[in-house]
Amino acid sequence: MNAIRKVNRRNFLKVGVGGAAGLTIGFALPETSRLLAQSAGSRVFPLNGYVHVGADDVVTFVLAKSEMGQGPMTALSQMLADEMDCDWKRIRTEFAPVDPRLYGPLQGTFGSMSIRTGWDPIRKAGATAREMLVEAAAQKWGVEKSRCHTEGGAVVNAENQRLTFGSLAESAAKLRPPSQPTLKTASQYKIVGKSVKRLDTPLKVNGQAVFGIDAKVEGMQYAVVARCPVFGGKVASFDATKAKAVPGVKQVVQISSGVAVIADNTWNAMEGRRALEVKFDEGALANLNSAEIRTMMAEAAGKPGAIARKEGSGESALTGATKKLEAVYEAPYMSHAPMEPMNATAHVRADGCDVWAATQIQTAAHGTAMQITGLPPDKVKVHTLFLGGGFGRRGGDDFIREAVETSKAAGVPIKLTWSREDDMTHDLYRPASYTKFTGALDAEGWPVAWHTRVGCPSFAGMQNGVDRAAVEGIADLAYAIPNIQVEYTKADPGIPTTYWRSVGYSQNTFFTESFLDELAVAGGKDPLEVRRRLLANNPRMRAVVELAADKAGWGKPLPAGRARGIAVVNNIGSFNAQVAEVSIDKGKLRVHRVVCAVDCGQVVNPAIVEQQIQSGIVYGLSAGLKGGITIDKGRVQQQNFNTYEVLRIDEMPVVEVHIVRNQNAPGGIGEASTPTTAPAVANAIFALTGKRLRKLPIRNEDLA
Amino acid sequence: MATIKFTLNGKPQTVDAPEKMPLLWVLRDTLGMTGTKFGCGAALCGACTVHLNGTAIRSCSTPVSNVAGKNVLTIEGLSPDSSHAVQQAWVEQDVPQCGYCQSGQIMAAAALLAKKAKPTDADIDEVMRGNICRCGTYQSIRSAIHRASEILTASNANPASKGGVA
Repeated sequence: MNAIRKVNRRNFLKVGVGGAAGLTIGFALPETSRLLAQSAGSRVFPLNGYVHVGADDVVTFVLAKSEMGQGPMTALSQMLADEMDCDWKRIRTEFAPVDPRLYGPLQGTFGSMSIRTGWDPIRKAGATAREMLVEAAAQKWGVEKSRCHTEGGAVVNAENQRLTFGSLAESAAKLRPPSQPTLKTASQYKIVGKSVKRLDTPLKVNGQAVFGIDAKVEGMQYAVVARCPVFGGKVASFDATKAKAVPGVKQVVQISSGVAVIADNTWNAMEGRRALEVKFDEGALANLNSAEIRTMMAEAAGKPGAIARKEGSGESALTGATKKLEAVYEAPYMSHAPMEPMNATAHVRADGCDVWAATQIQTAAHGTAMQITGLPPDKVKVHTLFLGGGFGRRGGDDFIREAVETSKAAGVPIKLTWSREDDMTHDLYRPASYTKFTGALDAEGWPVAWHTRVGCPSFAGMQNGVDRAAVEGIADLAYAIPNIQVEYTKADPGIPTTYWRSVGYSQNTFFTESFLDELAVAGGKDPLEVRRRLLANNPRMRAVVELAADKAGWGKPLPAGRARGIAVVNNIGSFNAQVAEVSIDKGKLRVHRVVCAVDCGQVVNPAIVEQQIQSGIVYGLSAGLKGGITIDKGRVQQQNFNTYEVLRIDEMPVVEVHIVRNQNAPGGIGEASTPTTAPAVANAIFALTGKRLRKLPIRNEDLA
Repeated sequence: MATIKFTLNGKPQTVDAPEKMPLLWVLRDTLGMTGTKFGCGAALCGACTVHLNGTAIRSCSTPVSNVAGKNVLTIEGLSPDSSHAVQQAWVEQDVPQCGYCQSGQIMAAAALLAKKAKPTDADIDEVMRGNICRCGTYQSIRSAIHRASEILTASNANPASKGGVA
């Protein structure tokens, strides 16, 4: 809230978003935003960091989040519009510039946090704006504020006279914001909790949406980069003669990641790169391969590690247990493979730098451009465009660095585009993991001890010898098992890694939910029954398990050749359980149906929640059944969608989503459903075949 | 370099480009029509789908010389006001998430419906499996194609209404 209270119009003028005298955005804003902002009329008044009101009654919501399909443009607008009582048809959005004073020290979109972290400040911004507009109206009418109320984008007084927000905006903008605006209670919501249509859909059915790769800057040239195929390798030497002989090629420049070929269009730049002669020093990883990586991780998981969690007597409880079970689970490196390959557009000048990008972390883009150009913060502008998928990949700044370095070296605006092959072979990957489980049952067959050793690269930073991301989903195991010990040993072969939709849960929930199933079976228990019992003190998690099971008809007969599996997770502040229904026909796995129950607290837009659940399930299925990055001679072997396959429409199961409605604080949704799909499917395969699959991805040849 | 003449979204178009330059890059970089997307460059994902004489093709793998004298239709030309039955159904059902693949999905669906006004699920699978969506909008795409088929059937029964296949 501090940010909101501190805001005044001067700050806005300073950051160049807009001003009382009219829009000052012009060139600096991306095209979509400019179109939207222009429709707000010639006079626009900022009321606070998130709200501008135009003289024509258009309310512009300044969105400090990236829209990559997960819906913040719509859902956060709903939160603002509801508190403000504005006319939903007149709400517009524009992507925010980088401003730590307004949007915090790490401006970005990650961790399924948009609604969770926006819930308080954005509603307060809406309520603040509403109270300022009411005060302006009350002054105009010479009545008490208490005699006025708001509805549909207007202030209404006791005599039923109306003044629209637009007509009040100029005077409201001069008022002091209230220190404690009154927020609505849940029963007063008119827009929050409703499946209003997405604001971005109209732009996404006619080609008008401007994604990062669609940026247009006058005089720009197009670049691609030749990079060392081996991680950590460097350019030893290059000869640009043949590249420069390709028609359309303008310049060839060396940058920190390789050699950039610049041309009059992307195709000619690619042709120039094909002709370019480069010698690379492949460096220390030139002989690395997947088998070696697996051995390294297995060794890590085979010895005691740093303690990530200990409950009861931990590992020692295994000694003398009635029944013990051991299993090793594995997951591969994964590429994010968003549909829009990495790209960025930059224009470096002596006196300033503009970057147009589909980025998840504006602060990093801004910092990177500042560092390369040596320009002060206010001379570097980051313009966020639509993201053609993010999934964590666009938190990286490598593609932005390349565009800024290339523009700086070439002296012209540069649009730098990665081919799909560039994208897949130079991703920052979801780390592989090799994880060893030992469990014990008591005399009645209930789990009594749980011991895990994780061997996995560190990808989120070490604390006391533990990488929290590498162990999340295991160290925070929700089941009431009296003795738990989780250990971690870093095993890092040097493959670049980063966050990937649902992060550590993406592999660890497959491990834990499969191993729990193993314990249930070993104890002669129904997998649902074990989860219900061990979640007795975790009512929200237990409730989604029961709801998913109920809606899926758990325990009821299925057609011959079909079976069900169940899995549950509590991540990103939400709870979700899935029941998958599978069959195997002529050796080929078919996932027919996935029933998901989700509790994400207060729901802002149920339709978007449902979309995100479906989306996460497809992402989880792609990883569970298709994906997998392998390394040979230090190089990624997969190049494109023929060797790195993803789920297509003909393999899409019927997905049913059941949302638990309550007024708990909002949880996240973008990453909620990805972790549970693979274990639900693997558990169903076990129920069908008796074969336990402990390694992702699950291939048809593993089923027999 | 060659001078290539074709019809683009109903209007005559002339470009000077290398003969083997893919139509995709001519559309995006030479002509500035960025509605058609680059996804894989190898006809594997369908993001670049446009119509060539009414048939869905992958513009990333179609040399521009192949379109000489032919009709090219892109997402920008599918309808002047997003009124094509597929676009109507897409809006009605809020199909897009990130939206990047959707130009290709819409063009592929429009070509399917032009050939088969009432496609079955199997028909949809056969054609639409060429178009990847990493956001996983497949269930909505399937449902929206059936809905577009209904819109088309209704508009054929009542030709005054909008929604014809371009």
